Amino acid sequence: MSQAAFTHALLDPDRSEPEGLSDGFGAPAGRRFSVYRNNVTVALIDAMAAGFPAVVKLLGEENFRNIAREYARAHPPQSPLMVLYGADFADFLAGFAPLERYGYLPDVARLEYALRESYHAADAAPVAPDRLAELPPETLAEARLTLAPTLRLLCSPWPALSIWRFNMQDGAPKPEAAAEDVLIARKEYDPAPHLLGPGAAAFIAACQQGARLREAAEAAGEGLDLGAVLGLLLETGSIVDVLHENSP
Amino acid sequence: MLDQTRPLPALPGVGYKPQHYAEILADASPVGWLEIHAENYMGAGGRPLAQLRALSERFPMSVHGVGLSIGGEGPLDPDHLARLRTLCDWLDPASFSEHLAWSTHESAFLNDLLPLPYNSQTLARVAEHVEQVQDVLGRQMLLENPSSYLAFDDSEMSETDFLREVSARTGCGLLLDVNNVFVSATNLGYSPQGYIDAFPLEKVGEIHLGGHDEEEDDAGRPLLIDSHGREVVDPVWALLGHTLARSGPRPLLIEWDNDVPDWPTLRAETLRAARALEVVPA
Repeated sequence: MSQAAFTHALLDPDRSEPEGLSDGFGAPAGRRFSVYRNNVTVALIDAMAAGFPAVVKLLGEENFRNIAREYARAHPPQSPLMVLYGADFADFLAGFAPLERYGYLPDVARLEYALRESYHAADAAPVAPDRLAELPPETLAEARLTLAPTLRLLCSPWPALSIWRFNMQDGAPKPEAAAEDVLIARKEYDPAPHLLGPGAAAFIAACQQGARLREAAEAAGEGLDLGAVLGLLLETGSIVDVLHENSP
Repeated sequence: MLDQTRPLPALPGVGYKPQHYAEILADASPVGWLEIHAENYMGAGGRPLAQLRALSERFPMSVHGVGLSIGGEGPLDPDHLARLRTLCDWLDPASFSEHLAWSTHESAFLNDLLPLPYNSQTLARVAEHVEQVQDVLGRQMLLENPSSYLAFDDSEMSETDFLREVSARTGCGLLLDVNNVFVSATNLGYSPQGYIDAFPLEKVGEIHLGGHDEEEDDAGRPLLIDSHGREVVDPVWALLGHTLARSGPRPLLIEWDNDVPDWPTLRAETLRAARALEVVPA
């Protein structure tokens, strides 16, 4: 009996159990094979439920488990790093016809996955809080920021962060229709999402790509509150280095 | 290769869970070492690695892999081997162990420890994989006996003979899971004491203990499920006593991976393990 046959029967409940297996007492294995089938399926669904708690709340436990079962069968993990399983779950939800009316779900899943990625991302020591203030304005304008590898950005046409908060935090207000840009930043070891003002996501993305502060601010457009976004980056320990002409 | 068949202390250990971090650092007694699942510590950074660094300064560590698929028909995943090497290089654990099982088919990781038949073909493949792991890691590994729910028509030898031969061919040590012995023996209708008596106990570098659930198969026979979700049952403690009387003291791990209890409940299990070790002549 090949492991291919075993695997196909594990992932497809409509297939009968593979040949060549017995119960140890001379009879066919029967439902003993289902122990493995059940272990595999339940462990994958449990991992998904642990990784997407807000999506669980939004869908309800039973609906979530049914959808996660379909996802797990169609997209089994591609590596033993279960802590990062579910990378394409948001895309799966977006293409899942019965959920078409819940357009915000994929972005809530993206937010949760970004939090998980940030949690496991590499450590990087932040610069001192006064590091930017020390520079003359003309030097600062031409400087480039090295941002922490723990940062993630999400630009959603939905109030993805407000929906996430409403489901995950006691006393969070009811979400109102709005597009939301979100920064996930990790202060020490705890990632948290932050709502961004106009242009801030474009500014941060440009910085991540190596733009000078002046160029990043131009890319962000007129609505950008530069002081607010730099303050947020400093406060969350997200600036790892400041490179400028007088850098050592 | 260094003989690391018994590098961990012959004391109780626990499978480390992050929710017990503060209590373990405050007072872990009688726990003398900790085991981690390798795959949970393969991220680039963050709290998991920070906790692991701090714990490793205080405790001998055991790295227990659950994703290498040593019993797989296909080749070992070179990326995963490299990740294991990175972890073992920086942590320098007292022990590395993996399972006599498979979990990956082609690119799909099935997140379970799946069974294989025991015959000359699978023996050659498993021995080759174990050698490869030991070469890449530059250390001896321990190979663990699985829990079984079914048997293969194309098995030609017993599990104990299979493990003895893998160890003889590769120089690997063995990890004896006494609960798995009890589960498999009950499910497949053989004597758990007979299994222990046939096991090459001199190769055992670590013993696992865990809880199981009890169900029934189609014929109404007991079907035990290796769930790691509750206390170790009395017959398994008795089988441990039978084992230790023959093997002498060994590092004893309490595995509790699902429905993880609070620290006092888990510690009570480790106290029972300590008592089991106390009555064994060294």
